[in-house]
Amino acid sequence: MKYKTQKIAYYFFATCMLLLVLQIFFGFVMGFAHMGMDGLHSIIPFNAARASHNNLLVVWLLTGFMGAAHYIVPEECERELESPMLAYIQLGSLILVGVTAVIGFHLNWWEGRKFLEIPRALDYLVVINVLMFIYNIGMTIWKAKKKTTTVLVLFFGLLMAALLYLPGLIPTDNQTMDSYWRWWVVHLWVEGVWELIMGAILSYLLIKLTGVDREIVEKWLYIIVGITFLSGILGTGHHYYYIGTPRYWLMIGGIFSALEPLAFLGIAIYAVTIAKKGQRNHPNQMALTWTIGCAIISFVGAGFLGFAHTLPQVNMYTHGTLVTAMHGHMAFWGAYAMLVLSIITYALPNLTGRKLANDNLSVYAFWATTVGMIAMTIAFGIAGVAQVYLQRKMGLDFLAVQEEIQVHFMGVIFAAVVFTSGVVAYVYQFIRCGLPMETLSKDKEYV
Amino acid sequence: MLSKSAARNFFLLGTFLCFGVFVMLTVDTISKVPAQTNAQNITDAVKRGKMLFDSNNCMGCHTILGEGAYYAPDLTKSYTQKGKTFIKAMLTDPEAIYPGRRKMVKYNFSEEEKEDLVAFLKWISEMDLNGFPPKPGIN
Repeated sequence: MKYKTQKIAYYFFATCMLLLVLQIFFGFVMGFAHMGMDGLHSIIPFNAARASHNNLLVVWLLTGFMGAAHYIVPEECERELESPMLAYIQLGSLILVGVTAVIGFHLNWWEGRKFLEIPRALDYLVVINVLMFIYNIGMTIWKAKKKTTTVLVLFFGLLMAALLYLPGLIPTDNQTMDSYWRWWVVHLWVEGVWELIMGAILSYLLIKLTGVDREIVEKWLYIIVGITFLSGILGTGHHYYYIGTPRYWLMIGGIFSALEPLAFLGIAIYAVTIAKKGQRNHPNQMALTWTIGCAIISFVGAGFLGFAHTLPQVNMYTHGTLVTAMHGHMAFWGAYAMLVLSIITYALPNLTGRKLANDNLSVYAFWATTVGMIAMTIAFGIAGVAQVYLQRKMGLDFLAVQEEIQVHFMGVIFAAVVFTSGVVAYVYQFIRCGLPMETLSKDKEYV
Repeated sequence: MLSKSAARNFFLLGTFLCFGVFVMLTVDTISKVPAQTNAQNITDAVKRGKMLFDSNNCMGCHTILGEGAYYAPDLTKSYTQKGKTFIKAMLTDPEAIYPGRRKMVKYNFSEEEKEDLVAFLKWISEMDLNGFPPKPGIN
């Protein structure tokens, strides 16, 4: 690391590791419940596990983005972070809100809106918390002499993510409008502004890892985020097919969301082409592997599998089935979880001075998680398609169908075990790297 | 080949254009949703029912309008398919209706609260959802 305050990123990344492990725990609770083994029902009912699994995901990804910003912004802006104290307070309060939310879920305290389950009182704390973060990063950039495209796109993405939290707070008694605004948050996050954050972090990593000229990388960054918004904003329409909104959304949502994979395809081609072009052989090979992996798996999970059920004629049958879970798992993993793990893999050796990124165990972590997630997605897909045919096509009773497809959840759990072994390896390597260095020391880093 | 500033303009123009269209469609949707969802039938009981539905995170297991979790049945048409008596019995003691099968949390709802939830589900079942859920049938 070049700037002392970059080490704050370490604590954000460590929080990510903890929350990721917790998220997986709740995933197993749900997987077993789907198989009929719901022994924990009285302590962790399914809806508590589900809300925890989803919200831990959102929080650890956001924490990862914040960590990435704390690492990237000082380096790109060539100055220390505006206020390290504020950053620590912000992280501490974020953890506090997160822990309160997860405990609250188990005490039946929530708002019960998918992905936005946390109670209203905590929503306001999240807003204050994110404002602190935006202020700190924003001032660091504002006062910098140099403002790179990468950093501006990153900041714009983070700022818009914060602002887009607000439509979810619009009060309404109509379930349809409730859903309508909820998707303003969730869709415009994951298929909109989070892709800006993704594009910016990938650009930073590609510039560092491949040595390709910044001008070229950043030009393509603009084109990709341009395609993202061209397709993604009106693509929100694919959530407005069957919730009581006008019929024209079938056409608008269908056309624009069918274009959404192009943005992810663009990202994949961009990453692979730039990596090939690069003259540099960066010693942190696993960081590049994660980066390319992220670009490719996000195309398959978010782009291709999203497309598979986005057309209204198909979605009529798959809407509200396990087919959505299939797409959701690989999309979030490929696009955002792998992104955060990419930047951690790149930054950690530089923060701690321990070069473990290319260890066998680190290589294992990548392959076990990737293969495990692909297998899990396939298992969900088979369960989902079987559900669609039995329930929606043949009209069998919901519970009867669920009992019929229980066996596929054995596949899900088996895949999840492989996946989890990879995560454990990753977290173990993270711990082995130790705490961040107190003094700046160039010779201990990968250069 | 495209310059960096041209690429930036493409990004800015496309984004503002699409967002503008999206906002206009949103305004139109807001004006049309009340008729499509029979908003005039949102009584106080329906409002209280929605509150109960949200504050107990029913969407954490069920789907409604096809949205939520996939552990329990979609409730969109539960009022028309199962009827008031069944729903109230389910809300009283789920285990008694499906013994030994997938469990639902047993809530201690009052009689009035059960009526509110039924009112909410009745209102939901009457919405025009552009043909969702599809009628079963293999051609």
